[in-house]
Amino acid sequence: MKTTPMPQHPPALETRGVNKWFGANHANRDVSLAVPKGTIHGVIGENGAGKSTIMSIVYGYQPADGGSILVDGRPVAVRSPRDALAVGIGMVHQHFMLVDPFTVLENVLLGAEGGVTLAAGMARARAELIRLARDYGLEVDLDRPVGELPVGAQQRVEILKALYRGADILILDEPTGVLTPQETDHLFRILRALREQGKTVVIITHKLREIMELTDNVTVMRRGQVVANVATARTSREQLAELMVGRKVLLRVEKAPATPGPAVLEVAGLRVRDGAGVERVKGVGLTVHAGEIVGIAGVSGNGQSELLEALAGMRPLAGGSVRLRGEELTATPDRFTARGLRALGVGHVPEDRQRVGLVTGFEAQECAILGHHGDPAFNGRLLMDRRALFDRCAAEMDAYDVRPRDPRLPAANFSGGNQQKIVLAREMERNPDLLLVGQPTRGVDIGAIEFIHRRLVALRDQGKAILLVSVELDEIRALSDRILVMFDGRLVGEVAPDEADERRLGLMMAGVAEAA
Amino acid sequence: MGDALHVALLLADATVRVATPLVLAAFAALYSERAGVVDIGLEGKMLAGAFFAAAVASSTGNPWLGLGAAVAASVALALVHGFACITHKGNQVVSGMAINILVAGLAPTLAYAWFRQGGQTPLLPGEARLPQIHLPGVEALSGIPLLGPVYRELIDDANVLIWLTVLLVVATHWVFTRSRFGLRLRAVGENPSAVDTAGLSVTRLRYQAVIITGVLTGIAGAYLSTAHGAGFVRDMTAGKGYLALAALIFGKWRPWPTLFACLLFAFTDAVQVRLQGVPLPVVGVIPVQFIQMLPYVLTVLLLAGFVGRAVAPRASGVPYVKER
Amino acid sequence: MAQDAAQGVTGRGFGRPGEVPGWVGFALLPLLNLLAALVLSGLVILVIGENPLDVLALLVTEAVGYPEAIGYTLYYTTSYIFTGLAVAIAFHCGLFNIGGEGQAYLGGLGAGLVGLALTGWPWPVAALGAVALSALFGAVWGAVPGWLQARRGSHIVITTIMFNFIAAAIMTYLLVDVLIRPGSQSPETREFDPGVWLPTMDRALGWFGVAIPASPLNLSFLWALACCALFYLFLWRTRWGYEIRTVGRNERAAVYAGISPARNIILAMAISGALAGFVGVNEIMGVQHRILLNFTGGVGFVGIAVALMGRNHPVGIVLAALLFGVLAQGGGQVSFEYPTVNRELVMVIQGLVILFAGALENLFKPRVEALFRRRAGGTAHG
Repeated sequence: MKTTPMPQHPPALETRGVNKWFGANHANRDVSLAVPKGTIHGVIGENGAGKSTIMSIVYGYQPADGGSILVDGRPVAVRSPRDALAVGIGMVHQHFMLVDPFTVLENVLLGAEGGVTLAAGMARARAELIRLARDYGLEVDLDRPVGELPVGAQQRVEILKALYRGADILILDEPTGVLTPQETDHLFRILRALREQGKTVVIITHKLREIMELTDNVTVMRRGQVVANVATARTSREQLAELMVGRKVLLRVEKAPATPGPAVLEVAGLRVRDGAGVERVKGVGLTVHAGEIVGIAGVSGNGQSELLEALAGMRPLAGGSVRLRGEELTATPDRFTARGLRALGVGHVPEDRQRVGLVTGFEAQECAILGHHGDPAFNGRLLMDRRALFDRCAAEMDAYDVRPRDPRLPAANFSGGNQQKIVLAREMERNPDLLLVGQPTRGVDIGAIEFIHRRLVALRDQGKAILLVSVELDEIRALSDRILVMFDGRLVGEVAPDEADERRLGLMMAGVAEAA
Repeated sequence: MGDALHVALLLADATVRVATPLVLAAFAALYSERAGVVDIGLEGKMLAGAFFAAAVASSTGNPWLGLGAAVAASVALALVHGFACITHKGNQVVSGMAINILVAGLAPTLAYAWFRQGGQTPLLPGEARLPQIHLPGVEALSGIPLLGPVYRELIDDANVLIWLTVLLVVATHWVFTRSRFGLRLRAVGENPSAVDTAGLSVTRLRYQAVIITGVLTGIAGAYLSTAHGAGFVRDMTAGKGYLALAALIFGKWRPWPTLFACLLFAFTDAVQVRLQGVPLPVVGVIPVQFIQMLPYVLTVLLLAGFVGRAVAPRASGVPYVKER
Repeated sequence: MAQDAAQGVTGRGFGRPGEVPGWVGFALLPLLNLLAALVLSGLVILVIGENPLDVLALLVTEAVGYPEAIGYTLYYTTSYIFTGLAVAIAFHCGLFNIGGEGQAYLGGLGAGLVGLALTGWPWPVAALGAVALSALFGAVWGAVPGWLQARRGSHIVITTIMFNFIAAAIMTYLLVDVLIRPGSQSPETREFDPGVWLPTMDRALGWFGVAIPASPLNLSFLWALACCALFYLFLWRTRWGYEIRTVGRNERAAVYAGISPARNIILAMAISGALAGFVGVNEIMGVQHRILLNFTGGVGFVGIAVALMGRNHPVGIVLAALLFGVLAQGGGQVSFEYPTVNRELVMVIQGLVILFAGALENLFKPRVEALFRRRAGGTAHG
């Protein structure tokens, strides 16, 4: 059960006892795994489980602190991507490694030019790429700049790059995170075609559905360690989930049924464009009542982030109306700003606390007033009241059990969970009527997750309105009183949490099924 | 008519002479900045080149040794820049600034100590300067209208470094569009991670780029003190390094437009010299300072998007740090 | 026992085990950087055939060895404090202001215009006017590049470099064609009415019966020290300073907090320009008493070295400005004594300090910090 059936010939790829430290973080602990030749192998684990790290090491992008790597049973020294490519390992990174202004052909050629001048290599590459495209369904216009291509096509360029360099082992890091369901299906067809041609595929993901659908074997990682190597056919989603998290997953928060009050937030026809001018929110209408948690589920990149930031006043609206406690806000532009909304009692826990919710170089006590630094409680006529600031932060640290309890410590020196508590304390302790929450438990350890969830429910029970955005389905289902599903910038349906089974939500998130 | 042609030829000649060090320095920066390493230290490297070219040419009587010394000094400074910015991921602007100030002090200090002429080198005799290239057929062509005078005044007797610069422009175009090195250079300035994961060394490529920058700024400096001039004087570069930087931006980090910008800036300088105190129709006398500041004003306007838009290579100025 | 020992260490303020004490960052590393710069400068002195230690000894003596020299040193220090603060406040907003030179130049124009206009007025009025107008001129010359960065996305480094040249051209034009003393050949204005000159320190102290030797040191030194205090209070004790620091550290977080990056970039650059503009008060109203070409002589660039050495903190900036004041004064004097040394040697040291304290700050830092981590860690476990 714990071991993969041994094939006749040695595994295409094997790691033995690989260790890796990032500072004090033991990212990989004696990682040993084996990938049989001609199979699709899944590596699954939560964020921070070390799955990307081990593959970066295999690809020579990060040096290991110990352990060995074998290809076709022979130990290889992979000190750089060049070494990896030389032994037939190719990798498609989560963030594509493409040069946007270059054409597809130039991108493929980079590092494999085949001569001091480009002309000959270009001609050779063109012929070879046309053949690869035909064999594996990797169609892409070779003369377009990659920056102009949709993400699905960019990913195909990455695969082409690896194949053109003669990769027999292809590693893909979270390849579906940015893809539409159609593009995902396309990708899976390509990967199966590769397997049929005898290539070996390793796919890193945290999505159980993909593992079950695509892979032959799966390695489960948790906290830097391999906790299981199993044949996919002999396992189940439930078992994999339990292995990933390390205990029975019962993400159930004790909470009474909601008693919704009057509408606090009413949004109609909301449109938001991103920095490049692309419409990311395409006409969203929703209502959040006092005393309820409304969760927005969806695959990352479907406009949830932009929706949340727009409602917090961080992005200009391209259209639509927003009413708070029945009062129209968009008519008065100076109120619909981050500052104005905060003054009206809107709290915001941003999705990315490190880059948005905190200033990591600031002391914790300075972070504790971010956005409220103009509050009279901390300001005299000219100077700020450092004492009041310190006391406030210390009190919040007590209430939220932030460790270490030192308001003067730089925010960067706290762990992820404690940083999140600093942000939550700041936003929740000001008694907001409406709390906008994005990914509240991303990268937070399990103990802190439970604490944060209980706090959010407690706030709801005080009669506050909460809008929750999370890509973790379990979290959405555990916390929400109503679930809205977002796909491609639109809300495609609403479900009650008790009727929201994963399959149905998954179909809606993929844009293939409307709510009944 | 003949007079107008004569003036035009004089202007063109002056433009080429002034443009040469600008082109050398701007193309020097082109290599480094397209590879993602910002270089505001052109001024300092040119000044070092100018000093060492003149000092060695003066001591040995051989301008070619001077040229070699100029290149060596300038490359050494480029390597300091690389050591700080590539190896130690230091701030590229600070490093460039440091080099400028360091050389602004070092060149006159050494000149003062070695030659005791108030921070200058002795005046170079003709044979210690880089030669001009005399072409055949001046007499034969002189009868032909237009071509004859153009050949005589503009093309004949041009300094060897001017020819080298012409060669450099053509070669650079070829490198950037047709060669493997150019492809990699452009890639490392746009997305170093793509280069790294393609199995190439970001560090190596960037060092290659800054070394080329050093070689070309060294030649630019040698041109100032041993070709155009006849010896080193303090503050000889007089902001030409910054002007070259402006030309590079004005040329949007591309070879041909950068060449055009250098010629334009040099032309305004040539015109400015001729226009001193001459009243123009409608506007009267334009103060010479206003013409002098034109390149800088144009660059500011361009960067602000009031005339076109200049987009720097995406990774320029950013030290390369691997993602986790 | 080991546990207790570790806690004891923490309790005495030596930092957590494995953590680097603060003084390493703000004292030891700058000193190491300075030492490296001095060693290399010593090599340069060796190359030109002198004994570095002798030169250094003379330099220090000539800078602080007798009262008059100290006056001169502090006069240089004054300008360096202004430009150091100017560079530092821009740094705190995440901006690199290389335009201190041009801002100081125009600040001098502002101060000078007041000096020219207020003939017959009492000096305190002229002093206030000069402070105001030099601040205004400098602020405008800083705020325009700030605006271009904030609203049009032009890179502040390039724009401020260009603005230095534009300022130089404008000043040359004004001094050659407009403000020149009638009948004069050299491009400078007439001398101001002696009544509006900013009193020198020896004169001012003379009012209180304290006698010190005459030197260019003037009352703007006190203003520079006041600016340091104001700088500290503004940046770390007011909400406006908080906003500037937030923008400088994390622009996205600033947007999240409802802080406008654009407004703060322009504000920081205006303040930066105003601080650099005060150089004009020191030079024009305090010493030269007329506007003249290139009176700034590189103070804007020295400001970069001062801010880097001083870790962008006013206390550090005063100390670093003092150091560069010593170099400027001592270096000038050394060039009289040694026929082979001239005052440009000081620029060599400045350049090297910028190189080591700024661009090569990562040269010693990881090693030194690792050393302290290991030591601290060793105490904890031992």
